[in-house]
Amino acid sequence: MSAKPNKIERRPFVAELLRHRDGSLIVCGLGSPTWDCFAAGDSPDYLYSWGGMGLAVPTALGLALAQPDRRVVAVTGDGEMLMGLGSLAVVGDQAPANLAVLVLDNERFGETGRQRGLTSGRTDIAAVARGVGFRQTMTVTEQGQAGELAALLFKAPGPVLGIAKIAITDDPWALPEKDGAVIAHRFKSALGIK
Amino acid sequence: MPKPAAHWSDDVFRAMQARDIRTVCTIPDGGLVLLLQQIEADPAFRLITLTSEQEGIGVATGCWLGGQRAMIAMQSSGVGNCINALGLPVAYRAPCLMLVTMRGQWGEFNPWQVPMGQAVKPALEAVGVKCFPVDKASEVGETFEAAADLAFNGWMSAAVLVSQRVIGAKGFGQK
Repeated sequence: MSAKPNKIERRPFVAELLRHRDGSLIVCGLGSPTWDCFAAGDSPDYLYSWGGMGLAVPTALGLALAQPDRRVVAVTGDGEMLMGLGSLAVVGDQAPANLAVLVLDNERFGETGRQRGLTSGRTDIAAVARGVGFRQTMTVTEQGQAGELAALLFKAPGPVLGIAKIAITDDPWALPEKDGAVIAHRFKSALGIK
Repeated sequence: MPKPAAHWSDDVFRAMQARDIRTVCTIPDGGLVLLLQQIEADPAFRLITLTSEQEGIGVATGCWLGGQRAMIAMQSSGVGNCINALGLPVAYRAPCLMLVTMRGQWGEFNPWQVPMGQAVKPALEAVGVKCFPVDKASEVGETFEAAADLAFNGWMSAAVLVSQRVIGAKGFGQK
């Protein structure tokens, strides 16, 4: 357990970050990160996910490689990131300059009853990212750090990884489109791909 | 100089070129050596080495969403690592093309390969992947073409299962 409880409120923090996204494509991890992005204001540039735990970063990698002129940011949680930890090494190996990863880290499995997650203990995802070749990482603990984190996620040469230590909060449901074919079609259409 | 014997991987490579499948995600297998060598040697292709096959499912889906075609090449044991991940392309109705070289079937000497090898086709079909088994080297190319066209023109997940009979069973001196 952390010495002090996390303070950042996820919904206003994610909304503040996304105000700086400047056309970046957002690959939302399943569950809460998807709800957070949708709650901040729906956009066809957001690829929502309802499953496939561990695949937010690989999906963002494929997209970043196929769209080298667009910034791609994966927004995921600590549980999903740890399930796909190996994918950080694949990103480090491919080293796309247009890819960033944001981990919303509440140190819990929030969707399933707030059971303890490994980042509440000794696990340091940022250290892993540096160890597999990410160019820069940043861990933020204060609500007021959205601006500097946004600069990393949306501007700095990638691959970069940010961690926001978020609080356990009770947020209203904000559920986007659930039909994957509709989500994918809308996303591709916004990119101008048939 | 004698012409080297034709190999099924040449047919697959040509089919990939013709269909603009330029990204290959892989955990390698002995049966894929020649194909992976061709891909690595050609600058028009991108080879992505994974840590687990399931990552390839996400990468291929992301590539397609971004307007490019990718596939995943793996050994049959890797299919087990992909099962939940395949829910992603199936739900997005995104094409996901897998080339699987089989172990645990024809003349397998290693019992550890058999459980997953025998489960590949039923497991893939259970999560909605169309399977194309092939047990003749001369038919791998056309089978790959059929699976690729179903995947990319029909927005489906498809797997070509190249039999151990084509690859040749390993023995490690135990035959």
